[in-house]
Amino acid sequence: MNSAVTDLGKTPSSSIPGAHSFWVQIVAMICLTVVLSLVLPFMKTWPQEWIVPIKGWVTQFFTWLDKEAAIGSLKFKTVTRSISWLLEQPLDWAEYILYRGIKARDLPAMFWIFLPVIGLSVLHTKFGMRRCLMVVATIWAISLADNVLFQFGLFELPHTAMEALGVKKLDALPWIVIVAGAGILGHWIGGWKLALFSAGCIGYLAVMGLWRDSMRTFSIVLVSVPFAVGLGLGLGIWVTRSKRAAAIISPMFDIMQATPHMAYLVPVVVLFGAGQVPAMIATVIFAMPPMARCTILGIQTVSSDVEESGRMSGCTPRQLLWKVTLPSSQRILMLGVNQVVMQTLAMVVIASMVGAQGLGHKLLFSLQQLRLGAAVEQGLAIVLMAVVLDRLTQAYANRAPGELASRETGWKAKKHFWIFLAVAVAAYLLAQFVPLVEKYPRAYTFTLGRNIDFALRAFSKHAYDYINPVRDFITIYMLIPFRDFFLWLPWTTVIGVVGLTAYWLGGIRTTLLTTGLIGFVILITGNWEQGVLTLYLVTSAVILCVLIGVPIGIWASRSDRAARAIMATCDTLQTFPSFIYLIPVIMLLKVGDLSNVIAILAYATVPAVRYTYLGIKRIPDVTIEASIANGTTPFQRLWKVELPIALPEIMLGINQTIMMALAMTAITALIGSSDLGQEIYRALPTADSGRGIMAGLGIAVIGIVADRLIQAWAAERKKQLGIN
Amino acid sequence: MAVDAQIKCRNIWKIFGADPEAFMQRYNGKPTADDLAQEGYIGAVRDVSFDVHKGEILIIMGLSGSGKSTIIRCITRLNDPTAGAVEYEGRNLLKATPQELIEIRRHKMGMVFQSFGLLPHRTVLSNVAFPLEVQNLDQLEREKRAMEMIELVGLGGRENYFPRELSGGQQQRVGIARSLAVEPDIWFLDEPFSALDPLIRAEMQDEFIRLQQMLKKTIVFITHDFEEATKLADRIGIMKDGQMVQLCTPEEMVLNPADEYVAEFARNAPRDRIVSAAAIMKKSTAKTPPRVSGASVLANTKIGEIAEQVINSEVPTPVTDAAGMLLGHVDRERITKALFGKGDIV
Ligand SMILES: Nc1ncnc2c1ncn2[C@@H]1O[C@H](COP(=O)(O)OP(=O)(O)OP(=O)(O)O)[C@@H](O)[C@H]1O
Ligand SMILES: [Mg+2]
Repeated sequence: MNSAVTDLGKTPSSSIPGAHSFWVQIVAMICLTVVLSLVLPFMKTWPQEWIVPIKGWVTQFFTWLDKEAAIGSLKFKTVTRSISWLLEQPLDWAEYILYRGIKARDLPAMFWIFLPVIGLSVLHTKFGMRRCLMVVATIWAISLADNVLFQFGLFELPHTAMEALGVKKLDALPWIVIVAGAGILGHWIGGWKLALFSAGCIGYLAVMGLWRDSMRTFSIVLVSVPFAVGLGLGLGIWVTRSKRAAAIISPMFDIMQATPHMAYLVPVVVLFGAGQVPAMIATVIFAMPPMARCTILGIQTVSSDVEESGRMSGCTPRQLLWKVTLPSSQRILMLGVNQVVMQTLAMVVIASMVGAQGLGHKLLFSLQQLRLGAAVEQGLAIVLMAVVLDRLTQAYANRAPGELASRETGWKAKKHFWIFLAVAVAAYLLAQFVPLVEKYPRAYTFTLGRNIDFALRAFSKHAYDYINPVRDFITIYMLIPFRDFFLWLPWTTVIGVVGLTAYWLGGIRTTLLTTGLIGFVILITGNWEQGVLTLYLVTSAVILCVLIGVPIGIWASRSDRAARAIMATCDTLQTFPSFIYLIPVIMLLKVGDLSNVIAILAYATVPAVRYTYLGIKRIPDVTIEASIANGTTPFQRLWKVELPIALPEIMLGINQTIMMALAMTAITALIGSSDLGQEIYRALPTADSGRGIMAGLGIAVIGIVADRLIQAWAAERKKQLGIN
Repeated sequence: MAVDAQIKCRNIWKIFGADPEAFMQRYNGKPTADDLAQEGYIGAVRDVSFDVHKGEILIIMGLSGSGKSTIIRCITRLNDPTAGAVEYEGRNLLKATPQELIEIRRHKMGMVFQSFGLLPHRTVLSNVAFPLEVQNLDQLEREKRAMEMIELVGLGGRENYFPRELSGGQQQRVGIARSLAVEPDIWFLDEPFSALDPLIRAEMQDEFIRLQQMLKKTIVFITHDFEEATKLADRIGIMKDGQMVQLCTPEEMVLNPADEYVAEFARNAPRDRIVSAAAIMKKSTAKTPPRVSGASVLANTKIGEIAEQVINSEVPTPVTDAAGMLLGHVDRERITKALFGKGDIV
């Protein structure tokens, strides 16, 4: 490791081999393209008549899909309808249970479908999954017959039984049960502290009077997560099994992850319409890739000894997968689930733009009406839910394997389950007589909305006098010129510089990939200006992120106390859905470019902090001690030893910051901008899929290009430093 | 001496690299070390042939990276050899279908891994019962069998622990119990004790000898440690750069190392426990060996046991065969050189 220290003295500060000629070439490229574009106008701006109507084609394609596409007599529309219907069923059940209650006439389906599911969860340990599934299938077959008969008013059991008992409606689970459920789950996973935390947070949703909306949002999460997890798991397994699948799916995931949430909504709206189910579909598609990635990672990192011992035990390939590989990568898989849950929540909020009811919808509404007090509370509700779900899934993932499988036998082994069941039944019965148990009384709700509004008004009266000039100054003298500079850049310069850099870092293939993507997706579709504006917003924000995030990361690496506080803050900030960051920004700055930049900044700084901290912390002690022995001052140590060695790691953090910033540009479209994000936002109400998709892909392309360049650089640099 | 070969390996090659098959073909199945290096392939195992006899403990030794693991992984088909044949009880393992292979592993083979390879999410009991579980044995029976194995390796009372709650030695006991649960005919151990610290290692070796005295399995055992090898081995095979340099009894290895590399291994061997009197005696020149009366030693006694007698005797001690006929003499000088010398034995 000593060598790393001495090496640093020799390597030039830029790590590109032959850095000198690289810079010369870049400057030459810039001069050439700028001069040329002065002479030849088409080299400056892509001429209007050269624009290829790709957006139109995409729109036509989706319209065709929706209206005409068919395989034989099976219309594509029928397929999408069926999918919607299928997804609607579980969503309905979740809503019935969580907040709606079931009317007697909806009961038959419910009854038949639920009974076996509950039975399954309790009995499968005893009789084996396969036998239980067969029983379920039989019951469902009966239920189908029953339902058909019911349609003709002939026969159906549960309904008749309920009529006989004189019950018109079964109520949803009382709020107390759900709060208690959160607590019991918390206790099972993480003991009393987590129990109180979970129950407290969920309970507070009721106190704020946002129970129904929260449960609406939660229903979608509850149903989307299993779908996304199942899909991700399946795809992940497939990728590890088949080289061809890997070749197709992995790059698709790259694009999917770089595409902002909102871009998913457009085609979904076209194909599935607006409402809860399309929101759910978009959510599932959006939240699935992290699960697939974690599955792949989990399967690939199972220690070869464990896997081989499984093979030597005589496992068939399937047994190997389900009994050895997946269980031993349980931790990574659970982290995948955690990510799915967080993504789902983030997406559900955004999906309110296509008509998903719930907290997101309320929040969107409040934001648009500038009712900030309400927005703050609705945002808080989302955050509380996110934090609870995050803590629960993370605590579960971090358990040692088998730790939750109790060694006790009999009812004690499942005591949490039985206690919950007892509480649920007791509360359900009690709720028939005591309204407090059933619904949190309106009279006790306690909202701060008004107070916040009031305080804000008071605040703005005085503070805006100070804030406004600052905002205007920054906007007029820094952001606008910066923006104009970006807009002035000839497209040939941008593509030339990107291509040249790509060539130096990754060779001709990287050049072709990056310039090709920019050319086809952004330039010739006529999205250049919006693309450049996106680039400008992201660049401004990322520069600020680095200027703020890196020093904080360094500070954290200097003091363990600071590190703990900073990392905890980072963790919490990362659980906030992106939407939330708009609230304080609007509160303080109203709308405008600066608000966009600050919102992006608030959302995207975390990775810069985290990776800087980790990068510095990972430097081996020997290296640091050697440099102390060499007589460096602390500042020299930081500047000449730690930062250069940590730089690849920091760059990866910046890479993530860029990705998050790009995703956020789509969200900030809500508060006004004229970039690609705005294109998506505008495409939504008109369901103009081509416009929305190409804008979304444009953002993805910027992300992918940045990612490729930074990864290539970091890999090269790490190789030089001999770090793995 | 006629011995049953339980496993026959013939001309096994295992080459890692971009396209090993094509590479082998280009060199007519006999690439040299230079060919390999030139094209950037790794010859983990190169043209290795040997038999494993029924009931013996065959130990494979060699420096790190010499291909020890790879060779037993070729036999167990955890890796598919690039070329060659492995016969198990007359059947070519390399032609076995996946189903047959699973059957063989379920009933004939057991393997113990260096880093244990336990399933972290299962208790000791369920780990040991795992091979039986995948055979779909019912729960009661497999747990009964597993409990017997757990008792056998001395972990009774710990069956409900999770691997992470056990020490390294205990974890390896679980690994051993698991590999024995299916009552395999042949038992592979890949450096089973090298992750353990020396005291526990010695304890586990004794444990292993105790088990083997009860079970009498055919064993292929990999180790780094010559001391361990001589303690356990019937025969030792030394591997170097993917080739089997020598395969013989420990004594032959000490007496006639095939090359400098083997000699280096043998140098630190505990000669007192390996070399027998016959190997160091001065051969009698008599045409018809006379019968010896009085103090003498048997030819196959290890020199550690006769040292005291020989050194205390003023005259060379006669060495006899089982019938008491004179074969030669051992004197003080010879035995001292054999015991404490660093170079040749005689
Ligand atoms: N999957 C693989 N891919 C490429 N090379 C491999 C692979 N497995 C083993 N090798 C190479 O084959 C050679 C022999 O490896 P092997 O594991 O058999 O050595 P070993 O004698 O068991 O060493 P050790 O004592 O360290 O366990 C080594 O050079 C190793 O790098
Ligand atoms: Mg090995």
